[in-house]
Amino acid sequence: MIGRPKHQRLVLVILAVAAVLGAVLLAMWGLKDRAAYFYTPADVVAGKATAGKAMRLGGMVETGSVKRDSDGVTTRFIVEDGDARVPVTYRGILPDLFREGSGVVAEGRLSADRSFVADNILAKHDERYMPPELGNQAAEHKAGRTLKQ
Amino acid sequence: MIAEAGLAALWLAAALSLLGLFLSIAHVRGTLEADKAVRALAIVQGLLCLFAFAMLLLVFARTDLSVALVAENSHSAKPLIYKVAGAWGNHEGSMLLWVTVLGLSGAALAALSHRLPSRTLIAALGAQAALALGFHAFLLFASNPFARLNPPAPEGRGLNPLLQDPGLAFHPPTLYLGYVGLSVAFSLAVGALLGGEVNRQLARAMRPWVLGAWIFLTLGITAGSYWAYYELGWGGWWFWDPVENASLMPWLAATALLHSVAVLAARNALKAWTMMLAVIAFSMSMIGTFLVRSGILTSVHAFAVDPLRGSFILGLLAVYVTAAFLLFAVRAPTLREGAPFEPVSREAAIVANNLLLTVILGVVFIGTLYPLLAEATTGEKLSVGAPYFNAVAGPLAILLGILLAVGPLLSWRREGRPVLRRLALPGLFAATALAITFFAIPQSGLLPKFGLALAAGLIPATIIPLIGRNPLRTPLATWGMAIAHLGAAVAVAGMAADSAFTTEKLTAAKPGETVEVGPWLVEFTGVTPAVGPNWTAVEAELRATRGSGVHVLKPQTRFFTNPPTETNEAAIDTLLSGQLYTVIGRSDAEGRWQLRLWWKPLVTLIWFGGVLIGLGGLLALAGHARRAWRRRMAQ
Repeated sequence: MIGRPKHQRLVLVILAVAAVLGAVLLAMWGLKDRAAYFYTPADVVAGKATAGKAMRLGGMVETGSVKRDSDGVTTRFIVEDGDARVPVTYRGILPDLFREGSGVVAEGRLSADRSFVADNILAKHDERYMPPELGNQAAEHKAGRTLKQ
Repeated sequence: MIAEAGLAALWLAAALSLLGLFLSIAHVRGTLEADKAVRALAIVQGLLCLFAFAMLLLVFARTDLSVALVAENSHSAKPLIYKVAGAWGNHEGSMLLWVTVLGLSGAALAALSHRLPSRTLIAALGAQAALALGFHAFLLFASNPFARLNPPAPEGRGLNPLLQDPGLAFHPPTLYLGYVGLSVAFSLAVGALLGGEVNRQLARAMRPWVLGAWIFLTLGITAGSYWAYYELGWGGWWFWDPVENASLMPWLAATALLHSVAVLAARNALKAWTMMLAVIAFSMSMIGTFLVRSGILTSVHAFAVDPLRGSFILGLLAVYVTAAFLLFAVRAPTLREGAPFEPVSREAAIVANNLLLTVILGVVFIGTLYPLLAEATTGEKLSVGAPYFNAVAGPLAILLGILLAVGPLLSWRREGRPVLRRLALPGLFAATALAITFFAIPQSGLLPKFGLALAAGLIPATIIPLIGRNPLRTPLATWGMAIAHLGAAVAVAGMAADSAFTTEKLTAAKPGETVEVGPWLVEFTGVTPAVGPNWTAVEAELRATRGSGVHVLKPQTRFFTNPPTETNEAAIDTLLSGQLYTVIGRSDAEGRWQLRLWWKPLVTLIWFGGVLIGLGGLLALAGHARRAWRRRMAQ
């Protein structure tokens, strides 16, 4: 079937189209329940986030809320956005720029009691950098390049 | 004056690109004989870019604070290597590096290509000039690295401490040589489509560029992976971060192109397909540049959020990719039919390799861009990470690995020998390993199990093409292929071993306490202060033993003042059997320190495999160069 030149080009074109289509279908199947949505505490309180599904929670670390458990490695704190508050538990070493009163994005899952269990905590990398998700929330926060102004 | 000289060189280079573009169009249309002029312009343009880049290095080395870029990203109290490497640790400088590599690639193409038909070469140099023109415009109008600051700043703002690492000196330039080296394959494809001659000669001219760019991409990705691994202190070597994917996508396309260009060179087949891949590979480089430089991604690589720059690169990308695809659509049907081939042959295996790589590229591409698409259309913010990529790309990579065992054993044109018999032993190894994993590590996922089994079969299988041959008579290119394939198998072994066997311990310990991780007993003796050239640190001392001998590790938390930042400096002890990876966290009121320890058996194989792949590529490149040289001497 693949021997004759005329047919061969056709077969190759069909294979290439099938590969691209296959990639699209595979990607759609994969994305259906593996994309992690970003929610604010207000979204969580409003019930937009499903418990048990991978998601990201973004907001500000409430001042005075950071507590460490007696095991020395589990940290509990509250993420708030002015409208709502969500308690977060994280087991691990916090990033260097994790501070009370500053922005944070937590990756993890919402448990049945509406508290958030984080697998990973992202804080801004330096004073010039801020996760874009937080940029809109805290527009007054200077993420910009102040020197040029 | 230094900055002005650099800026003037850039303007001149841009003007020469424009002139080169016009002359090459005139030459291809036959209205003007401009072969020599176009070549000369390409060379001078490349040298001017190099000069401008040297000027940038100079202002950074001297910490000239009247240059805005230096004031924003450097500091006088910083080791010289980071002052110089810091020149490309920011948006403008890294774009200048990009343009410099682009210019030098054009210059090298003009200087080194002797065997291509004049029409094809000049059209390719025209395409290269058109690319250079757009990116010069981007530099000069939207990212001027030489802008002055009046009055000069009293002191610089410093470089992000995460970037103050030897990795910065190596990783970006290597990656850029790969990214932008692919521009030559793109331009040659455009030139050949315009000139109408897609043949073995073109493939032989294109192959060293693809191979060279691919080697740099491989090494750049390997270096970047190791850098992220030790610098971030998260114990991971690949995070499926969009910026990592931005470097993986051109690599996947270049890997496919590398194989299809070999078919074109050996068998004069896969003509249109190879041209298509050449266009796609560099398009992926440009998309990667757009993703990284537009600042639309959450990443250490996103230096500045500036929508104008994003739109500018997106515009350039749209123009170049659309033009190339239109040209392809018009010209591909007119290409002469390639040589036919049999379903069981090396070229058929390479077609299967290309199709699998295309599907992997497709799912990585969609997964990487989906968050942008979703936010633009529905306003929903989401991220796509490891669960998606591992689930869709992992099984495809395993299939590709199986194909890798079979393909090199097949001969060109038609395979009549019983090839599967030669694979009996590797197949037996793989099956045994798979069975063992189900008993020994039932708790690990399917992917690590299959990965380990694949590696057990693939490592011997990749050596089979060398067996029974006189090692001195075997062409270098064959050695290169076998070593690169072995590297892939070794890297798979490392990845699978890391997922399957890593043990992790997270604890808070007082000085004097002992922590257990895997086979290791780690004694935490205490913390002491430490000082570096521009940082101070808290340093823990860990004494690790397993039976005999003591390994001392000293993880740190470093405090930088310019800009004020803390970083975690992991301490890693490398053994033949794996790595002990330690990170120190914060202290508490009871005098305990957080410690995070990993024992990662065989993890170093990941990067060792990457280096082997690059080495294999280098041998193949040397082999092809030697053969081309002999052919020229014989004439």
